[in-house]
Amino acid sequence: MWKIVKQIVRSGIRTEPAPDIGAAAQAEIGRIQRDVLDILGRALTIRMVDAGSCNGCELEINALGNPYYNIEGLGIRFVASPRHADLLLVTGPVSRNMETALRRTFDATPAPKLVVAVGDCGCDGGIFGESYASCGRIANVIPVDVMVPGCPPAPLDILRGILMAVRRRA
Amino acid sequence: MLRLEQRLGYTHKGIEQRMTQLAPLQAHRLAGRVSGDSTVAYAWAYCMALESAAGCQITARAASLRALLLERERVANHLGDLGALGNDAAFSFGLAQFSRLREDWLRLSKDLFGHRLMMDCVLPGGVACDADAPAQERLRLQCDALEAEVRILHGIYEEHAGLQDRFMNTGRVSPVLAAQLGLTGMAGRASRQAWDLRCDHPWPPYAQLQVRMATQANGDVAARVAVRYDELFESLRLIRGILAELPTGALCQDLCLPEQASRGIGWVEGWRGEVMVALELADAAAQHRILRCHCHDPSWQNWPVLEHAVIGNIVPDFPLINKSFNLSYSGQDL
Repeated sequence: MWKIVKQIVRSGIRTEPAPDIGAAAQAEIGRIQRDVLDILGRALTIRMVDAGSCNGCELEINALGNPYYNIEGLGIRFVASPRHADLLLVTGPVSRNMETALRRTFDATPAPKLVVAVGDCGCDGGIFGESYASCGRIANVIPVDVMVPGCPPAPLDILRGILMAVRRRA
Repeated sequence: MLRLEQRLGYTHKGIEQRMTQLAPLQAHRLAGRVSGDSTVAYAWAYCMALESAAGCQITARAASLRALLLERERVANHLGDLGALGNDAAFSFGLAQFSRLREDWLRLSKDLFGHRLMMDCVLPGGVACDADAPAQERLRLQCDALEAEVRILHGIYEEHAGLQDRFMNTGRVSPVLAAQLGLTGMAGRASRQAWDLRCDHPWPPYAQLQVRMATQANGDVAARVAVRYDELFESLRLIRGILAELPTGALCQDLCLPEQASRGIGWVEGWRGEVMVALELADAAAQHRILRCHCHDPSWQNWPVLEHAVIGNIVPDFPLINKSFNLSYSGQDL
């Protein structure tokens, strides 16, 4: 047990003085944190939907949970059902096989609902485009509030996109 | 759990058809997006197939840099999985620690190679990035720092009774079953399927590196965790070895496709297991169009084995067992 405690103390708190991303990015994290609290005044719940992605975007969304970005510390939480969600975070070109599932997920989300499309594929179909198996961009299937381009976008860009969606509705 | 039936295919997005619409010198970008976590492995396998079709030999420096990227990809994924496996056994300390280390690792990749996951760093004829002397020093220092941290965490995982209780004998695939069902890659090596392309069919520069294969016999979650730790330390050793003898030479060279129709195969040991790309190109009159390109993911063999691995386990252990295999949906569905 003491080894765990020692490691925790030795690691310190990484969230505030996140190294290597520069002062500007660091200031942005603080600003986003304040904005989330000002605008929402409460927690934001997100349902993540992989509508056919290559899993690159998922890796970067998962990274939001690490101590550097500490998304839960901002009052943003991932939930297991669209019925519990304020916002849908959708990745991938929408595969034909996920089209119905994505529509149903959108319908199951209580209004007012927000949709953020993550990644180049979600924004414009990306390299996969439209085909017999792919419906292309997310907006072809459900209404999208904010698009976050990038292949995959960096965690901070995804965080920025989430906040933009919240701010637009505020 | 009495029975598990997987329904795959939801992420099928027509990759094989899309391949035939891309120019052969551009399609490495699509190959690198078959499964985002294995982007280096796929890009390398595709380029290897294209280069073998063209009869082109990449420089020793390009080969070493590709191996550097591939081993860094392996380390990044093993770091992520070791954290997530701790978390799935209610040991969130593990996730916090390993996800912090993974983030440090990805940030250096971004700094030195221009992309956190190293997408599009491998391209036909060579690589798109380099590692000069200061960069090599940073890579070496990061290996040392990471090794020290992971050794501490390894000790903590090993000595944590509650964690080991969840890991041991959970999701067991016996070596006999593994052999019958063709369990492959990292999960296979945890069930005594001692195959690793880097050892069995070493391609440059792996022959000189003398990779030491990690294997376990018990085939449970604990074994897959142990293989990940061993492979992580081995990859750090390989990265140091690559950096110590990084050859000089060009990073990338022009690729000349043959007049006649051609075929090529690429075969690379990615972090999850062997990644294979089979490529068939048209002749010069048809602009060397891609006639067919199949990308094969180790998840394809391993998904059915997961159905067997969960039988007889408690439901709360499903996420743990699933994560210990960490199979790709996209790589299987194409």
